[in-house]
Amino acid sequence: MAEVEETLKRIQNHKGVIGTMVVNAEGIPIRTTLDNSTTVQYAGLLHQLTMKAKSTVRDIDPQNDLTFLRIRSKKHEVMVAPEVPLIPCNRKCSSPL
Amino acid sequence: MAPRLKKEKLESKPKSAKQKIAYEEAVPVSMESIGHPEIFPLVLTTKTQEIFNCRAGEDITEEHPNKLIKKEDIIQDFKNRAGISDFHPVKKIVMEYPGEELLVVYDKEFKYGQNFYLIGTEEAKESILNPPEEQVDTEEVKESVEEVYVYKPPIPKPWVSLGSEKEIEEESVHESTVRAKYKISRERRQFGAPIKFGDYNASSVKDSYIECTAYADKNFTVKQLEKDIAIQVIPILMDTYTQTQWKFPRNATTQYMPREFSKEERETLLQSKDLKDFLNSVSLSVEAALQQNEIMNVFIDDWKVLAEEEATFGDKTDSHLKEYQSFTDLHNIKDKTITCICWHPTIYGLIAVSIAERLSYEERVQFSGKLLLQPSLILFWSFSDPIHPQLMLQSPDDIFCFRFCPSNPNIIAGGCINGQVVLWDISAHSERIVHVKGSGSTSKKAVLKPIFLLEPDSNKDAPYVRHCAVSSIEYGHKKLVTDIHWLTDNFEVNRMGYAFENRSGICCQLVTCSIDCTIYFWDIRPTRPPPIPTDKKKEETVEVPHDVPSTFLHLDLSWRPHIRITLAKSGTTLDHCPVKLSLRNESLNYQVQDAQILQQKAQIAGEDPYHNLESGLAKILKPIEDYNTKFFVGTEDGEVIYTDWRMERDHDSGRLISQKPLNRYAVHDGSINTVQRSPFYQDIVLTIGGWNVAIWKEGVSQGPLLLSACSTKMYTSGHWSLTRPAVFFVGKEDGYIDIWDLLEKTHEPAHTQNICITSITYIRPWMFSTRQQFLAIADYFGTLHILEIPWTLSHPLVNEVQSVYHYFDREVSHLKYTEKRKEIRAKQKTELHLESEKNKSKAVQKSKEQLEAELRMNYEEYLDFEKQTLGNLGVIPETDRLSSSFRDLI
Repeated sequence: MAEVEETLKRIQNHKGVIGTMVVNAEGIPIRTTLDNSTTVQYAGLLHQLTMKAKSTVRDIDPQNDLTFLRIRSKKHEVMVAPEVPLIPCNRKCSSPL
Repeated sequence: MAPRLKKEKLESKPKSAKQKIAYEEAVPVSMESIGHPEIFPLVLTTKTQEIFNCRAGEDITEEHPNKLIKKEDIIQDFKNRAGISDFHPVKKIVMEYPGEELLVVYDKEFKYGQNFYLIGTEEAKESILNPPEEQVDTEEVKESVEEVYVYKPPIPKPWVSLGSEKEIEEESVHESTVRAKYKISRERRQFGAPIKFGDYNASSVKDSYIECTAYADKNFTVKQLEKDIAIQVIPILMDTYTQTQWKFPRNATTQYMPREFSKEERETLLQSKDLKDFLNSVSLSVEAALQQNEIMNVFIDDWKVLAEEEATFGDKTDSHLKEYQSFTDLHNIKDKTITCICWHPTIYGLIAVSIAERLSYEERVQFSGKLLLQPSLILFWSFSDPIHPQLMLQSPDDIFCFRFCPSNPNIIAGGCINGQVVLWDISAHSERIVHVKGSGSTSKKAVLKPIFLLEPDSNKDAPYVRHCAVSSIEYGHKKLVTDIHWLTDNFEVNRMGYAFENRSGICCQLVTCSIDCTIYFWDIRPTRPPPIPTDKKKEETVEVPHDVPSTFLHLDLSWRPHIRITLAKSGTTLDHCPVKLSLRNESLNYQVQDAQILQQKAQIAGEDPYHNLESGLAKILKPIEDYNTKFFVGTEDGEVIYTDWRMERDHDSGRLISQKPLNRYAVHDGSINTVQRSPFYQDIVLTIGGWNVAIWKEGVSQGPLLLSACSTKMYTSGHWSLTRPAVFFVGKEDGYIDIWDLLEKTHEPAHTQNICITSITYIRPWMFSTRQQFLAIADYFGTLHILEIPWTLSHPLVNEVQSVYHYFDREVSHLKYTEKRKEIRAKQKTELHLESEKNKSKAVQKSKEQLEAELRMNYEEYLDFEKQTLGNLGVIPETDRLSSSFRDLI
């Protein structure tokens, strides 16, 4: 419990972070630092988008999987880290920046 | 064929050198089966052998197997013994034998089947009889060759045909038919006769030529029997669409609620190990991503940043000003010079210049009578018409400076040489100058017209516009007005010099300076009538011509300034003679102003603004506090003065007197011709005068930020660039223009260019669009040059404003540093001085005895030196020298 708290706190206290949210596999928020309505909205929308992104990646290459999703808009950037089952594979770094 | 067989036989011969007896056979079976058709094996009995003397072993032996038997003998034998003759089988051969003697060969080893054989042909007989000699020779030669190998070149052998010549014959081309030769010649008597040639059309006469048209011959069409086709497999794409039929609309709503966990569930989940593991695995990547964001600004638009280096029009390195146009009026400008240039603020391509005589003061006095006849003008030029000016404004005397009113470009204010301030109103002609038609088309039509007929047309085109108001002669300036500026339309100044808000929205105040050491502020609105008896006024009324607008009638000849500032030098009676001014908030209308905004402003002000407004508003409003009322003045002596225009009340007399200057800097060696604020920074001022250039910052009183070295030629005019904060243009007295670029070089101009042969009197840049920037340069001989500023000089660099600002900041800090260093230096100097003083005082306290001893020593040294020199010269006899030196030794 303490570990979880500590990790979440660490992420939240990063510079420029507005809020963090933990969501389960079905898209139901477990823990959040934002208000309820925002949380619910983000959870619902991002869950669907993440699923879509995941299925896209897997369609292209079935042995590949989504590790991170970043959505950059004019005002903010949303980062989604889905749970990735560990598969022994060569880590290819395709640097986007 | 025959020779070939012969050869074979020759080869076979050496193999079997042994002879065989040929026997007669019953049937003439030749040895054709084994390739010898002339050999007929024979069986010859002993009796026959005795008859023909070819007994085996006696007449015929192995060495001599050949026996020639006469044909007649054989025929005789046929007759004698008929059927039992041994030669019976070959009877036919014998009978047909051409020769007389037949050859019979002994075949001891029965090579051909019998003990004798008969040769059936004459040629074979000959070859058998003769060749053995050759064979013997070759056998002998072979034996000798084995001992010593001697090179023998190959002997050319006769060519044996193997059938190849047939193929060559088939392939070679021969003319199958004989070529026909025609010889055509004329009759002899026609040689040398005159020939008459004529043209002949081949197609006109029937059958004069024969055509061989091409046609597609079916024999030569090739049918493609093989084809290369590639096939690719792609998924079948299908485009379909359907349209639903919206038969009857129905409203349907759903209400939903998001699923949420209850508090207990959340607690359990938070405790779960899965969550822990998940967070552990994911937090790294999240933190890495966050760090990336911190390091780099992720919100940069790469496209926009990429557009730093925009595509330039023309050569990027080209920094040469290109001549665009030049204006010279042949009628009006003779021995005249241009004193001031002003671009029209709204109309494209319209520029006004003021003309003045090129005479010194004495000459003016001399020719004053003649000068009265010639009108003093401001000419309006348009780009589309380089020969005829569009408009000519008339003034009572030569104008030395003028300006368009920023809020109303139809009002022009100018300062005359006699000290009067003149106003024009060109609203009546405003339409004319807006739509300027080029005179090119009209002149083309009138090409054939003589020149003198054209002149009156040009005069009609450019009307003279008389001024509509001049300032009062008594109360105005006494000497030449050197500079005139309109105050911006957001504030106005009252008699005390305090700034008030300008409610009218239009520019209504002017400031002028003159070399009678005064600066006046004027208001173009009507004031309360001055307390002067009206009858006196009546005498002074002047008949005003009808075509002059009555906008400023209230001002005409009675216009007086409401603030008078004198620039007094402390201590002396001489005052400063201001030449140029620079106010802080002056809107240097350097861009083509939006005509609409100006119209709106005029509408707000009302139809006749200058009559309706009263300048008494200032009394109602409160003055604007902390308004910067200080300004820079450049004088004729080369001094830059920073002073305040607010008036003070003198304690003793109660009159309003102007303040003393706050700062005075004497850096220029000659009269200052430009004092100008930078269009980008409100507190940076450029002053050009004499032989150098200085840049000042308002508030920094140590000195100029930049002071250039003295140039070889005097600077006569200058101006900041309108778009590049680091660039300014300076004109010199030899017709060269220096372009300074502070970001490139600060010790000398970046570029120099020659414009004309005489000195440049005025420079004014103007910007019409980002691509078109012009520089108007007026020279001493009255020609106005318009040059186009190239891209490099008009387009600012990225962050140029900031860079130049930083540069100025650095200069300011440099100045401060030098000040500090000066102080430190001064301190050090005083310290050194004190120390040296101390040392000197110490040295004086030497004792008397020491001094005496020192003196004696010096004297003795001197004596020795004297003796030595005399000895060298040869004056003292040697003995004396010797004795003296001996004495010294002791």
